[in-house]
Amino acid sequence: MHTNEEILKILAEVKPGLAPAPDTELIKSGLLDSVEVMQLVMALGEEFDIEITPTDLREENFHTVAAICALVNRLEEE
Amino acid sequence: MHNLLELLDAAAERRPDAPAFCDEAGACTWGQVQTTVQAVGTALAACRVQRRPVALYLDRGVRCPLAMLGTLAAGGFYAVLDIAQPAERIRRILDRLQPALILADAVHQDAARALDAAPVLTWEQAAAARPDPALLADIRARTLDTDLAYVLFTSGSTGEPKGVAITHRNVLAYSEWAVRTFRFDAATVFANQTPFYFSMSVTDLYSTLRAAARLEILPRRLFSFPVQLLEYLTARRVNTIYWVPTAMGFVANWKALDYTQPPPLRTILFAGEVMPTPCMNYWRRQYPDALFANLYGPTETTDICAYYVVDRDFADREPLPIGRPCENCGVLLLRDGRAVAPGEEGELCARGSFVAAGYYAMPDKTAQRFVQNPLQPNYPETIYRTGDLAKQGTDGLLYYCGRIDSQIKHLGYRIEPGEVEASALALPGVEAAVCLYDAPRDRLVLFYQARRRLDDPLRDHLAGALPAYMRPAVLCRMRTIPQNANGKLDRAALKTALAELD
Repeated sequence: MHTNEEILKILAEVKPGLAPAPDTELIKSGLLDSVEVMQLVMALGEEFDIEITPTDLREENFHTVAAICALVNRLEEE
Repeated sequence: MHNLLELLDAAAERRPDAPAFCDEAGACTWGQVQTTVQAVGTALAACRVQRRPVALYLDRGVRCPLAMLGTLAAGGFYAVLDIAQPAERIRRILDRLQPALILADAVHQDAARALDAAPVLTWEQAAAARPDPALLADIRARTLDTDLAYVLFTSGSTGEPKGVAITHRNVLAYSEWAVRTFRFDAATVFANQTPFYFSMSVTDLYSTLRAAARLEILPRRLFSFPVQLLEYLTARRVNTIYWVPTAMGFVANWKALDYTQPPPLRTILFAGEVMPTPCMNYWRRQYPDALFANLYGPTETTDICAYYVVDRDFADREPLPIGRPCENCGVLLLRDGRAVAPGEEGELCARGSFVAAGYYAMPDKTAQRFVQNPLQPNYPETIYRTGDLAKQGTDGLLYYCGRIDSQIKHLGYRIEPGEVEASALALPGVEAAVCLYDAPRDRLVLFYQARRRLDDPLRDHLAGALPAYMRPAVLCRMRTIPQNANGKLDRAALKTALAELD
């Protein structure tokens, strides 16, 4: 099981200085723009060796650190 | 017709209860648009904005087009600001514009006041004004079709944003062509992707007005989630898109149309940068019956001056033509003041009613680009030199061949490397700077010359000076920037260095 801390580390690589709480809204708030979301998707894929499909690439899977963590854990199980 | 608001009058009379402008939060009908525009126009008129600029400091949404039209109702002309860009660049724009007023969302009024450029009126105050139709009619009677409708700022090569000044007549002529050519009508539903400070939005907005159609202003964040983006289009029954190829490529790269029911599109238009043919082919496979058109034009021809309706299949390696001049629009291919022979490359120059009045408060820049037609010396006739190279193919169609100077197209935005370089040079310690576009990796690279590495301070400095899309992805320090025999920077050598970067 991966943790929010691991996700936060990758987020900080994508956008230095970004350190949101697990339930901080990342998308609607504009903290991550579309270029940064794409960078995050690529980084998650490489770091955890998972494939994020268009079906998984939805706002509800990326809107908070906790949601991203849940997605990563689910994709690793599959 | 001499005033753009006549388009609104007709739409409000024809379809008062039909939805006009919609965003995620809500919708307003043509009747409501008319009422709000008159309220905002009355409030702005009290600030005496006739034939003066009004800067709009607003979040993306329905109120943007309402504020734009409200400014016209007061006889003024608008400049929509990109409020996400650094305050320093907004200040440079406002220095040039000298607005009579800034119209801002209440939530942004402090930021707008901090610019210290003009009095600030909040949207909420303006929209609550009681409309004064007699006053507005009087203003309209004193407005000419050669008066400005808006000023749209683009990247300038000297580091100074240039404000393209567009008249009512420009937009009336242009929108007449767009609606007729693409048969927009009351059943048309546009999905607006481009921001209102970008020239492509002119087509979305004023075609909507002229056809009494519907404009769906898309939430920007949908361009992170391709399947959701398509679902949104379906839910809103969008049938017409006019997007930059980067946005269409986002859908194509994820093959998102394979993962959901494709939205009911029947008209698919694109412009703003070169459309990669494989991307268009992906979309065409999904929409074999839709109309596809490749549009070409700079902000200085209102939006478009040439177009190509796709009428055959293209192999992935074949470039798309930019087609033919729009009706009532002329295109000249010139070199050294003469027309080039068929098949030769020349600078694409535009003539006709779509050509802008010039650059706002920039007579020197205007004189460089808006020049006398050299093929017709007998009376004053202005053509606009685009700085783009084009040629006529053996099929008789126009083909885009790149920039004469080194202007870059990145993420659908127009970027003058000179502006990025000028910003970099403003940091003490940076001795020389060259910005290049790394096409294979679709990113901006800045080579800079300095005694020591300045990557971190330079990155911070650029973040404070440039909007996100203009910031280089890679900073590469060189002890010396290569030069050629003439002492000019050696672009060929830098391109080699570019290819060797990680």
